[in-house]
Amino acid sequence: MEEKFDAIVVGAGLAGLGAAYTLAQEGLEVLLLERGDYPGSKNVTGGRIYLNPIRDLFPDLWKKAPFERHITQEGVSVMAGQRSLNISYRGEELEAEPYQSYSILRAKFDRWISKQAERKGVMLVSRSRVDDLIIENGRVEGVYAGGDELRSHVVIACDGVLSLMAEKAGLRKPGSAGQYGVGFKEIIELDSALINERFGLEGDEGAARLFMGEVTRGKFGGGFLYTNKDSISLGVVVGIKDLMEGPAAVQAPVLLDDFKQRPEIARLIKGGETVEYSAHVIPEGGLRALTKLSGDGILVAGDAAGFSMNIGVTVRGMEYALASGYYAAQAVIQAKAREDFSAAGLASYEAMLGDSFVMQDFKNFSEAPEALENHRIYSYYPELIGNVMRDMYSVPAGSKAKLFPTVKKYLGTGELWAMFKDMRKVMKI
Amino acid sequence: MSEIMGLKAKLGLDVFKHDKEPHIKIKPGMEKDPRLKRAVLVCPAGLYEENQDGEVELTIDGCLECGTCRIACGTEVLEWYYPTGGAGVQFRFG
Ligand SMILES: Cc1cc2nc3c(=O)[nH]c(=O)nc-3n(C[C@H](O)[C@H](O)[C@H](O)COP(=O)(O)OP(=O)(O)OC[C@H]3O[C@@H](n4cnc5c(N)ncnc54)[C@H](O)[C@@H]3O)c2cc1C
Repeated sequence: MEEKFDAIVVGAGLAGLGAAYTLAQEGLEVLLLERGDYPGSKNVTGGRIYLNPIRDLFPDLWKKAPFERHITQEGVSVMAGQRSLNISYRGEELEAEPYQSYSILRAKFDRWISKQAERKGVMLVSRSRVDDLIIENGRVEGVYAGGDELRSHVVIACDGVLSLMAEKAGLRKPGSAGQYGVGFKEIIELDSALINERFGLEGDEGAARLFMGEVTRGKFGGGFLYTNKDSISLGVVVGIKDLMEGPAAVQAPVLLDDFKQRPEIARLIKGGETVEYSAHVIPEGGLRALTKLSGDGILVAGDAAGFSMNIGVTVRGMEYALASGYYAAQAVIQAKAREDFSAAGLASYEAMLGDSFVMQDFKNFSEAPEALENHRIYSYYPELIGNVMRDMYSVPAGSKAKLFPTVKKYLGTGELWAMFKDMRKVMKI
Repeated sequence: MSEIMGLKAKLGLDVFKHDKEPHIKIKPGMEKDPRLKRAVLVCPAGLYEENQDGEVELTIDGCLECGTCRIACGTEVLEWYYPTGGAGVQFRFG
């Protein structure tokens, strides 16, 4: 009989690695196929990973993982054209171990996890693009890759946001622009001592900052900055629909160039040297945009299934990728015990996800995509806040107006009513 | 639209491995399709340009494989694959 794997995992991002690692740990035969030179070589994130939701799913991984910095400082900036309001948060819980979140670089991080997965027995083949699924009698039986026909009981599609595999299996259609954002970023090398000095950090402490408003010129999205060991990840995320239709036509790369030149940013990255430029699509459609998660002989995990969300203050996808990969693997382990790899036999995947933080989060934040569609959030309010601040802080020649009327002049009854309506939407998040 | 300042140099920092064939192609006859024009705005690498005849042209060198053009323009105007295994951009940081 020809060789047949228990599972073939397509894509060695965090979903695929989480799935393959878990399967191999239980002794299943798993083939992991990655089109890049090495796992991580095609992958882009902001980014920071939160460990609390996934700590117990991979207890052996975290101690030696190649994190950049643990985040002890959170910041949000509301950017108007010529001014910005900046809020910075520190708290002792962020400085206490176990740390809640870390900045990471995927080319290092994914590659390291893949080494741990190989140690558990995963057969990893890089530089191998899966071209198609083997589908017989409506059931997925394996994959075609580089002219080879490879068979398995189950295929786990972890091929990222476009998931051509899930498309081929008929579990999803090509995405529509309103449900996706695109992120593009630079890695800017900067001496670690200088990073610590500029951001007020010590040792391996790190900072995370988000920027909204002028960064995206009124389009849905924002800017982000994360400190790594000796570099800064600086980028912009923007909704694809807004980018192609307006408001205000602009070519995507110009947004990042302008962002870098803002005085608030320019002084943070001064003297730094850009060493890489990357870009990647992000699923942002939330609960309603999730794909079908399983079919006969196939499961879908990570970005491929739509498990990434933008709730304004954070983009999160990496924990969902690792966790959904883990639960997909658990479902395959159970299916193998029962020798039933049909959609029904694999149904425990959805049940386990449903009970986990993954689906709970997607339900909790199901209103976020719609609430965040409001363009006033990205242009009108940042300008308004900027103007209020300017007037509050300015001391003109002559006498200064009373504070309350200063603020009130921006807030007529019509304004307050519009704000109240906007607020009600945002409060659904 | 004019070339974006410094973008070529920025893409020059990335590691690219040559592929035998372009992995994204404009479908014949679709060069003037309005859906294709979206790519000029959305491509983070600025690889789509509209020429004087109103046709959109694609230069594949420097493609970051992000997928934005596939979503913005759709598969009726673009023939879209990932590069062959081991080809295309290889991020060192990511
Ligand atoms: C700019 C940006 C900022 C972000 N910020 C954050 C953040 O701060 N925190 C956070 O948690 N999330 C963030 N996200 C989201 C997060 O990065 C993703 O949710 C996560 O990477 C998804 O992991 P994945 O394994 O599902 O997919 P991917 O990481 O995309 O992995 C898919 C893998 O499949 C491979 N592949 C695809 N097709 C094939 C094929 N046919 N054959 C073989 N291999 C194939 C690819 O090469 C790749 O290795 C951000 C995303 C972006 C783009």
